[in-house]
This record gives sequence, structure tokens and C-alpha cells, in this order.
Amino acid sequence: MKLDKERFNAWLNDDPDRLNGMEEMAEIPYPPRERIKEKRQELQERIDAQPVGQISFLSRKFWQRVYSVFAVICCAVMTVVLLSTVAELPRFGEYRDTINELTERYIVSGLKETGAVNIVAGIILDYRAFDTLGESFVLFCALNCVLILLRIDSSDDVRHHELYFNLAHDDILRKSALFSIPIVFVYGIYVLLNGHLSPGGGFSGGAVIGAGIILLSIAYGERASGALISEKVFKTVCCCALAFYGVAKSYSFFTGANHLHSIIKPGTPGEILSGGLILPLNIAVGMVVACTIYGMYRMFKKGRF
Amino acid sequence: MKGLLANYEEAAAIILFCIGFSTLLFHRNMLKKIIGLNIMDTGLYLFLASMGYIDGARAPILTDVNAINMADYINPVPSALVLTGIVVSVSVTAITLSLTVRLYSKYRTLNLDEIYAIARRTEKEEF
Amino acid sequence: MDFICNFPFFSIVLCLLSAVVCSVLSGKAARRLTLCVEFVLVCLALTLLVYTVRTGESFNYTMGHVGAPWGNELRIGVLEALMASAFMIVLFASVLGGGTYIVRDITEKKRNLYYILLNLMGAALSALVYTNDIFTGYVFLEILTLTSGGILMIKSTGKTTLAATRYLIINLLGSGLFLLGVILMYDLTGHLLMEFMHGTVSELEATGEYAMPLRVTTGLICAGLSIKSGLFPFHRWMPDTYGNATPTSASLLSGVVSKGYIFLLIKILYRVIGTDSPAVGAAQNVLFVFGLCGIIMGSVSALRQESVNRMIAYSSAAQIGYIFVGIGLGGHMGFCAAIFHILTHAVTKPLLFLSAAKLTEASGGSPVFSNLTGAARRAPFSAFMFTVGALSMVGFPAFAGFISKLFFSVAAVTHSSAQSVVTLCVLAVSTLLNAFYFFRTVIRIYTPSEDVSPLVYKDWGFMVSSSLFLILNLVFGLWSQSIYRIIVSGLRMLA
Repeated sequence: MKLDKERFNAWLNDDPDRLNGMEEMAEIPYPPRERIKEKRQELQERIDAQPVGQISFLSRKFWQRVYSVFAVICCAVMTVVLLSTVAELPRFGEYRDTINELTERYIVSGLKETGAVNIVAGIILDYRAFDTLGESFVLFCALNCVLILLRIDSSDDVRHHELYFNLAHDDILRKSALFSIPIVFVYGIYVLLNGHLSPGGGFSGGAVIGAGIILLSIAYGERASGALISEKVFKTVCCCALAFYGVAKSYSFFTGANHLHSIIKPGTPGEILSGGLILPLNIAVGMVVACTIYGMYRMFKKGRF
Repeated sequence: MKGLLANYEEAAAIILFCIGFSTLLFHRNMLKKIIGLNIMDTGLYLFLASMGYIDGARAPILTDVNAINMADYINPVPSALVLTGIVVSVSVTAITLSLTVRLYSKYRTLNLDEIYAIARRTEKEEF
Repeated sequence: MDFICNFPFFSIVLCLLSAVVCSVLSGKAARRLTLCVEFVLVCLALTLLVYTVRTGESFNYTMGHVGAPWGNELRIGVLEALMASAFMIVLFASVLGGGTYIVRDITEKKRNLYYILLNLMGAALSALVYTNDIFTGYVFLEILTLTSGGILMIKSTGKTTLAATRYLIINLLGSGLFLLGVILMYDLTGHLLMEFMHGTVSELEATGEYAMPLRVTTGLICAGLSIKSGLFPFHRWMPDTYGNATPTSASLLSGVVSKGYIFLLIKILYRVIGTDSPAVGAAQNVLFVFGLCGIIMGSVSALRQESVNRMIAYSSAAQIGYIFVGIGLGGHMGFCAAIFHILTHAVTKPLLFLSAAKLTEASGGSPVFSNLTGAARRAPFSAFMFTVGALSMVGFPAFAGFISKLFFSVAAVTHSSAQSVVTLCVLAVSTLLNAFYFFRTVIRIYTPSEDVSPLVYKDWGFMVSSSLFLILNLVFGLWSQSIYRIIVSGLRMLA
């Protein structure tokens, strides 16, 4: 008990010795800010040591200066032009021309055609589903780029500066995480499953769940979150969900374009099992997003799973 | 000027866009560039959202299925576009941040000018 | 509807799915899958080209159950099919030809990621070419940007990371402007499909409403896409990027990625705003001036470079300038010349990049000129291919480059006097400069030198792909009339 109190006081006083991850801190002789300052000074000296020509008409520096002045003027002109454009646009908050047959059909017959009470979900996952398909592949592409840049493949390439702050054994964080993580997960799943009925959907629900997994990983260490999502699970879930998304949507595109009979029915509006493909697609997208967010976090933190 | 005041939300969005754009263009620090990128995108989404807004109308989630009145709801298309756009900007942010991590671990600075200076010096060694 | 009409949709979905499958494959298997998929894409696009030329009209393909203007749509005409075929052939041949360098530059565990990105790039390019919806265009434009950044940064040296950073930042500025343009366009028209936007835009123009916002929107879209494609003064990322990337990435970036953006611009100018609109006229004049500056600055800078990669990169900047001069001259002939030059450049630049990489490899790995002396004795086939590429770029008769320069001159002559004189002068000067810096290199690689140790292995991939590029160059150069007719009918369908 006494120990706990001591630790609590130390924690309140921000005593670094009580924080975990001190082994890494010991390697760093003084805080990063000063190191950077020193580094910068050293660099500046080296740059100064190089011979600097007069700023003449032909020198690189002169043109750089002209360039930046020109760019500043361009930005200022752009701001003025854009603002004067905005002044001529239709008035804010008024009923305007963009309310046309497009929006009319979305609102009036959206429910009948897609089965989604949430019109926006109906638009992004049914009427304009091709955009959304592209969008989830943007995320996939970003994930691959992050893997390219940050994944560590060989054991000799270890990042040293990573664990400056490690909160894995912080008591307050652990206790509060214990309470909040289930709520976060339940909320995320709720948002995910009700995407066609209320605000939310695959992307937002997936982001909430992903954040929950990250919180788990911060509070209880990577072994806890690793038990939930290992590299194998990560790969399987991402690939299966994306492939399902691609195949399901291709089916509906193909039947739609060729005027074939589709087996997908909108269902009864307002019920959880309605909205045709929207619910399964939301689940697939949610899984991809949750895995992607967590995967990116691991890449930034450690470089591997 | 009167038009600007009437369209105050769009004007604010455009000002945000321009702030973000110039930050992305002029700041030499990678992190500030990324912040600029996010401000720019947020400005665009604010612009979209304010474009779809109609005074007194609700979000496009149908409450009474039997009596759908067009005038009750805001324009749902900009909201759908914002949703698509947000994911794109998240992805771009992730990539630029990981590039920053790589650059920092290689050159130990976030300032692009300094990185160029170091890179130019080591250029001849690394072909 | 004929079954062939499904082909554009098939090619997009095939690429997306094979990208997903590649993420669980090893590098070697991923390469095989990617090559197969790209070969299929080439076949699909060529079939479509034949089909559209034969039927003589374009068709729309609804993506989903709800038709226009509510759903997404693809639209395929002769020009789209032609562009898609050219892009897919270049994609296939660059991946085939650069195989040894992919193995050299990319660690084994990351190789499958490279092929994922190449597949996504194929999907993005097809979608960008075929799309009829401006916001779909934006989404796939972003995929194209991110994949092209990804194939740059996969070679993990500090310089490529830096080059990729620079490339991405410039591209993000361009995307921001383009997205703002798209949003404003939606605000003005209330539609997202191109022909419906065009309908509202022509109504607005007839009544004179929103004249200023329309101009600004056109300007934003043009600025965004031209920044992304590397028009002067935003061309300065090119030498670093092309000079340091693995050769396949360099040839893809210069050969297809920047062309994808330009084709989208041409499509928007034709199908959304309409080329006879005054807003487009103003934008064209600006693009014309920057294009001319790009030609001159690119050629002069290429002259001053010390390494062959950077020289080819600056030459790319000059070629982008040519294309924008064509767009800026406008009119029927101007756009025709621009599109023909897109094709020419797409089949010539990859050839130059790949053969320069071979020559560099044969000369010990450093691309500086002094090192390349006598490279032709060490790698005779690559030297021959490099010479072919150089001749085509300079505009030697019988090659594609000659015809595109001819088209530019015709476009200039049929135009108003002031612009035509300036264009002809710049064309003449830049051809001279081109000839100077390319022949300097060719003469250097054919100069005999003492140490001759030829490349020992035979690279079949490179041989096949460079022969393919050579044949395409000859086809564009010798059968230019039929290509011209295809482009003309395509432009007519586009409007």
C-alpha cells in the first residue's frame, strides 16, 4: 500500500525514474531538444564553412529568392481571387441550385432503392459505390506505403529512438483503460453495425475499434494487443475483407450494368438486417480500417508486429 | 464584401484552405508541412459541408418513412463526398508521416533545407 | 449491350483483386501474377480499341443498378481505348524490362509490396482513363499519386526518400487545388457526371451567370493537374525522382503517370467545360506560355547535366512542355498533336530509361557521362536501343517523334500569327538543343575505349520489352495517318 502511494506521488511529480522504459532513457545523455540544437549548430557551421558566392544575377541563391517572392505573391493573389469567387457563390444556408433531380431521387427514393435509412450511407455504398471502393483501396495503398517505409525486415536494423515514452505499466492508465476499452469496443461495433440506420458506418466504426486496440496496446503492452491481432490475423483479415468487398461490389456492378437479376434485396427499412449489401460491406470496411489503423500504429512504434 | 459576409462559412473555409496551402508550400519543417496539409484538407471539407447546408433542415437520416419531404433535409451529396475525402487525407497523412520518420532517422533533422544540405554533401558518395 | 462493354470494368476489378492477392504472395509469384494481369489488361484494352473503332461510337457503362445521373459511370470511346492500350502496354513492358533492377534495388521481403503498388497503379490508370465521373476521377487520381510515390520510395536510400517526399508534397498541392476545383464545379452545376456538368455549364455560359467562379474553377482544375504532371515551374522534382528511382519506376512515372493526369485534364476540358468556352481559352493561354517556358528550361537544363539519368529527366520536363503547348494552342490540331505526343513520349521515355540503366550497369554503375565512354562495346544491344530512343526524341524521320513534331508545326501554322511564330521558333530551338544533348551522349557511348568487359548475362525481359517499344515507335512513325484518324474520331466522340 505504501509502495502504491509512493508511486502515485512520484507519478504526480512527474518523476521520470518512476516511469517505465528507463533503459532507453539511460542511453540518451541529455534531452532531445538540446541534441537537436547542437546538431543544428554543427550543421550551420558546416554550411557556413562552404564558400558562398556573391548574390549575383546568375547565382542559385538569387533565383531561389526570386522564386520564393514570386510564390508568396501567387499565394496572396490566389487567396484574394478565391475569396472574391466565394462572394459570388450562392448564399450560405439558402435553398440553392445543387438541390436538383440528383438529390431529390437520393432523398425520396433512396430508402426504397437501397434500404438504408441513412441516406448518406445509401449514397456512398450503393449509388456511388465505385468511389467508395476506390477509397478503401486508397487506404490499402497507404498501408502498403507505410509497410514499405517502416517495416523492419532484418534483425540488425533496429530503431533505437523509439521507446522514449513507454507507459505500459502506468497504473492510472491501466485502470482507466480497463474501464474504457470495453465501452470503446462496444461503441465501435454499434457504430459499425448501425451504419445504414444512423450516422456512422464502416470507416468511422473501424476507426473507433482501431483506436480501442491501440489503447489496449499502449496500456497493456504489445503482447495484449498482439494476442488480439497478430501479423497473421492482420494479413488474413485485411485480404479477406478487401477481397470480399471487391467481389461483392463487382457482383452488384456487373448485374446492374448488364440488367441482370440480382439476388441482393434491400429488406425492410429500419431493421438491422436490411439495406442489402450495405451492412456486410460496412463490416468488411470496418475490419479493414481497424486492422489498418492498428497496423500503421505498430509500424510507427516498432516497425514490426 | 457583402457576399463574403453572407457566405461567411465558405469564406472561412477558403481562408483555412489558403493557410494550409501556404504552410504546405513555404514551411521547411516536415511536421509543419503535414499540419498544413491537414488544415488544407479540413478547409475543403468545411467548404463542402457548408455548401450542402440549408437553414432549418436536418441531417439526411429519414425519421418518418411514410412522409418524406425534400425540404426537410440538407443536401446529402456533399456529406458523402466529405466521407470519401476524409479517408483519402488520412491515408496521405500516414504516408507523409512515415516519410518524415524515415527522413529523421536518416538525417536527424526535420528541416528540409538542412536535409537537402546534408544530402547534397553526401551525394557523391552514394550513387 | 455487348459483352465487350464489360471489359473496362473487368480490367479495373482484375487489377484491384490481384493487388489484394499479391499481398500474400512471395515476390516471385507476385511478379508472375502481375505480368499475367498486365498482359490480360493489354489484351482487354486492345480489344476495346478494335471494338470502338469498328462500331464508331462511344458507350456508357453504369457502375451499379442506378443509371445516370445518380450512379457512377464509365465512358469508353475510341480515344479512351487508345490511351488505355498505350498505358497498359507501357506498364507491361516497363515491368517486364526492369526485372533485374527490381531485384537489385528492392529487398526480397518488400518485393511483393512493389507489385501490389503496380497493380493498384494499373487500376488507377484504367479508372482515370475510363471514368465519366469527376469525383471518381479525384479518388483514383489520389491512388495514382500514392502508388507512384510508393514505387519511388521503395528503393530505400536517403536520396530516394527525399525525392519521394518532394514529389509527394508537390503532388499534394496539386491535388488540393484540383479537389477545390471539383468542389466548386459541383457547387456551380449540382452534378458529378461529366455530360450533366457540361449541360449546366453551357446553360450558365449562355446566361452569363457565375462567369467569374467558372473561370476560377477552370483555372484551379488546370493548375492542379498541370502541377501534378510536372509543368514548368513545378518540374524541379523530376531530376531527383527519375534519377534515383529504380528504372521501372522512373519509366512508369515519366511514361504513364504524368500522362494520366494530362489525359484527365484533356477529358475535363472537352467534356465538362467545353473547349469553346471563354474560361478554357484564358486557361489555355496560360498553359501555352508555361509550356513554352518548360520546353526551353527543360532543354537548357538537360544540356547542363552531368549524368545520363538526370539528362533524360530534364528532357521529360521539356516533353511535358510540348504537350501543354499543344493543349494551349488548342483547336482540333493542337489537341491532336498533344495526344500524339503523349503516345510518343510514353513509348520512348521508358525505352531511354531502361537502356540507360543497362548502359550504366555495364559501365560500373555510375551514370555520370565520363563513365559511359565506350559503353556501346560493352552492351551493344542497349546502346542500339538508346540510340533509337534518342533519334525518336530528337525527331528523326520514320520514328514517332518526327510525326509529333510535324503535328505541332501544323497546329502552330493553322493558329493565329503571334502564337504560331513563337511556337515554330521554340520548336526549332528545342529540336536543336535536343539533338545536341542526345547526340552528345550517343557519340560518347560509341566512342571506343580501352576497357571492354561486356555484360555477361542475357536479359530476355529487357530484350522483349525494348523491342516492343521499338516496334511501337516505328508503328507510330510509319502508320501515323491511321493513328491520326483514330485520334480525330476519338476527339469528336469526346466532345
